[in-house]
Amino acid sequence: MTNVVEFKRVTKSFKNFSLKDVSFSIKKGYVTGFIGANGAGKSTTIKLLMNLLRKESGEITIFGLDQDKHNQAIKERIGFVYDENCFYETLSIRELRKIIAPMYQNWNDDIFYKYIDQFQLPEKQVIKSFSKGMKMKMAISFAISHDPEFIIMDEPTSGLDPVFRREILELLHDIMLDEQKTIFFSTHITTDLDRIADYITYIHGGRILFSKERDELLSEYGIVKGSTDLLDSDIEKEFVSIRKTNVGFEALTSDVKKSKEIFGHEVLIEKPTLDDIMYYTNKGELTCTH
Amino acid sequence: MKIIISNTSKEPIYEQIIKQIKELVLKGELQEGDSLPSIRQLAKDLQISVITTKRAYEELEKDGFIVSVVGKGSFIASQNKELLKERRLKIIEEKLIEIIEESKIIDLSKDELIEMVLILYGDDVI
Repeated sequence: MTNVVEFKRVTKSFKNFSLKDVSFSIKKGYVTGFIGANGAGKSTTIKLLMNLLRKESGEITIFGLDQDKHNQAIKERIGFVYDENCFYETLSIRELRKIIAPMYQNWNDDIFYKYIDQFQLPEKQVIKSFSKGMKMKMAISFAISHDPEFIIMDEPTSGLDPVFRREILELLHDIMLDEQKTIFFSTHITTDLDRIADYITYIHGGRILFSKERDELLSEYGIVKGSTDLLDSDIEKEFVSIRKTNVGFEALTSDVKKSKEIFGHEVLIEKPTLDDIMYYTNKGELTCTH
Repeated sequence: MKIIISNTSKEPIYEQIIKQIKELVLKGELQEGDSLPSIRQLAKDLQISVITTKRAYEELEKDGFIVSVVGKGSFIASQNKELLKERRLKIIEEKLIEIIEESKIIDLSKDELIEMVLILYGDDVI
């Protein structure tokens, strides 16, 4: 399986925050969801990927090409959707098309107008008058009309209502009918990932905690629920973290099989959600460092 | 082809797909040579990830239910009728064992059980 992107030991520091030794890859032909809490480093990673920030050390290759040496050629093959509107608000779609289309060699008006029609976007109205959902649909239309192989989206579904989110996911599924396409998108609406993501990359505190197949992840991890008398300090070490209350405990395990061996039928073991994994991992980190 | 996925079921989604396609084959609703939707089309239709449908197809191929031809897609494989029958016989056997065990619990005799089967089967008792 080929990788579209490889990050190798990439570092970037700011005053109060740094990305430490970030290594991960994005598989060609699949959807990778990029999750992490606010401030965990999602946007910084995406900016590094887009070459909008300078890395301090490490290596980033895209389509097997060095990012710095082949910047222009790489950008031609990428479609980028940003979480905020980065278009001139006083222009209309028609006017923006005149500016954006010539920037790409492979710009295809057929694709562009197909999406403008499909999304029922008014061509002559100024963008300022658009709703958030319309702006996002417009941004996506602009991003994919040069038929890019690799689509990067920073929080494409945030702030959108469920109907819009479904429509966008439907569109992404359409794109993925072509096995040459790859999508990388960051989100904290993890339920969106249930419908589409093949891989999950989780960033926490500037470090990648894991990057693996979603199905595999959800079958390895589990939520264990039971009575607190079952716990002692050794057993507690088996968990990523534990939430104890007066009525029992709830914990995340990264090894469901082992938990089943330890507790048998004395506990209830459930399939975790991505939210559970994020919450307990975050909690575990906090108790380790303080 | 009809496939219904439950998101609340404990059974993983890829297993649900495998089970339902196998059932369609055993029932004869899918027959040798019938083409299946592509991995990516099925993922889109069911609104699930590509890797999930890919895994289901890979397992079905391993079990000999389907064949995949590069560039052409996936098709129902020619089924060994004897083997299929044998598998179904095994399922019946397992269910019968269950029935016999249930019968023993309430002290139902062998003859009584056989009589019950004959009546339910719809033939006259000889």
